[in-house]
Parts: sequence; structure tokens; C-alpha cells
Amino acid sequence: MAGAAVLGRLAPLTWRVASLAEFVDETPHARTLVLDVDGWEGHRAGQHVDVRLTAEDGYQAERSYSIASGPDDRTLELTVELIEDGEVSPYLVGELQHGDTFEVRGPIGGWFAWDPAEGGPLLLVAGGSGVVPFRSMLRARPADVPARLVYSARTLEDVIYRDELEALGDDVVLTLTREQRHGTRSGRVDADLLREAGFAPAQEPRIFVCGPTPFVEAVASELVELGHPPERVKTERFGPTGR
Amino acid sequence: MEELDGNGAAGRLREVFALELTTARGQCTHCGNVGALGEARVFMDAPGLVVRCRTCESVLLVLVRGDDRYWLGAQGMTWLELH
Repeated sequence: MAGAAVLGRLAPLTWRVASLAEFVDETPHARTLVLDVDGWEGHRAGQHVDVRLTAEDGYQAERSYSIASGPDDRTLELTVELIEDGEVSPYLVGELQHGDTFEVRGPIGGWFAWDPAEGGPLLLVAGGSGVVPFRSMLRARPADVPARLVYSARTLEDVIYRDELEALGDDVVLTLTREQRHGTRSGRVDADLLREAGFAPAQEPRIFVCGPTPFVEAVASELVELGHPPERVKTERFGPTGR
Repeated sequence: MEELDGNGAAGRLREVFALELTTARGQCTHCGNVGALGEARVFMDAPGLVVRCRTCESVLLVLVRGDDRYWLGAQGMTWLELH
């Protein structure tokens, strides 16, 4: 049916080779991989890729990782948090050397994505490595779109993209759950923090929440209780062995 | 078992579907809830891909990948709106 193309038929998703150009250690447990992918055509902020590793005996493991680079950046960047007993992250974080390759497919996902043309204000709420897709959104954000990132991390040492986020000044509200530091909030993301740091429902912010499942469930519920319509609160969750 | 949401299933679903499924809305046959598949609960290897309703936890969709075929079960969805 000819109409299917108009409806946005997606190009077939194929596995492509990614090679490690460089890496940046963000925290003692998280590393950003800067990757060269042949023919990488860019992405929408908030999308992810699937990563596939193949062992010598043919065993394959697949995981999804949010894209950390901005839509206009020339390379594909993924920030991977080390899961000690994981199948994939110990290799990506600890063993992958310059020039080593693995397979990726993507970009993937239209739900948890934001285009600058959609406008704002933009309210982003991150738990732990849930901050990764928001780095892409903040890089994509035009200067005239108000945005606020509320980011919960365990300790200051666990904060990913610390320098880049500090440069955003008051647009970033950091709270630490396992440490008290001068000049930084402590405690979980609760209704008071969301009311104070977020935008009022009347401002109709576009809201994205990303983090471990319990974090996302709690924050999304509080946002709805504060009066934000559920359909404007988009969520992305990952499990203990996820991104 | 690893629990994700519909976003994490998007790559696997793209192997079978030509249209974007994370933004597709569907209705749960069991409880009648209508929502985007991106928000549904997903278990990646249970042993296949299992998508459950976020509201009532009923199974919406199952996708199992074999060596040379896929099995798709969608008995838990009344309808699915793709665009």
C-alpha cells in the first residue's frame, strides 16, 4: 500500500560496525565511548542504540544504550555504566581498546525523543546513569528554550558529565542521595524538589524521566500529583543489568 | 530478570515491524487501559520478549525469535494504532 510510506515506514535496522576512537572516564564506574560508525546519519535527542557483542564461540549478548552525543555531533557517543556482574558493560568499560570494534544498530525509538522544533520548557529528571539521554537533549536545546535538569546521584564522584553540567549553571539542579556536600542538595527527588525546581503545570513543560525503574515510577507519580498531565510525562526505565 | 520498558524493546520489535512501535498506542484486552507501547513493561528474555500492561500487568504481546523464524502472540491487545 503506497500510504505506508507516508505513514513513516522505518528503514530496515541493520547491524553496523562501531570502532572505538577514544574514551572519557566520567566517574570511577562510567566511561563515555566515542565511536566511529560507517555512514552514521545522526539521531534525535533521546534515542538509543542496541549493542551486540559476539564471543569467539558465537555466543551473543545484546544491550540497549542511550545516545550521549548531540544530534549534530559527528561521532556517536555512548556512556556505559559498569555493572560488576554484567555480561556486556565490563567489556565495554574495562577491556575495549582504541580501534576495537563491536556491532551497533540504530538510532532507535521515537517515544523518548525530543526535537528542538517541539519547543519547551523542558523538564528532565534523571536518576544515576539516566542522565545520558539528557546530555543529548541539552546539547540539542536552542538557547531560547528554557530547560531544567533535576539529577539525582549517589555521591558527587558519581556525577556523570560534571564539568559540562556545571557550565549550565542554574539549569541543572543536583541532589546527592548518599552524601552531604556544601552547595549541593541532598536527599531524594521528592515533590518539594520537583515543585521548586521544575516548571509549573500551567507552563506546560515537556517532561522526560529516566533512571532505574523504582526511581522513574516514584518521580512520574509525584509529577502527576503535582498536576502535570500523564501524557506529557515521558519515561524510560532500565533494570539492574541495563544501560 | 531484566525489566525494561517499551523503549528498550524497540530494536527487537523493529526486526518485525516496519512502523514505529514505541509511539503506537494500544488497548489492553484485560483492563481496557490505553497507552503507548513505549510505556509498557518489558521483559527482554523471558525467554522471548514479553510486553505487559503497565496498569494490570497482563501480557499484551510476546515475540520469540528462533533460528529461522519469529513467533508473535498479541492476544492481550484489543487494538494497536500505528502511525
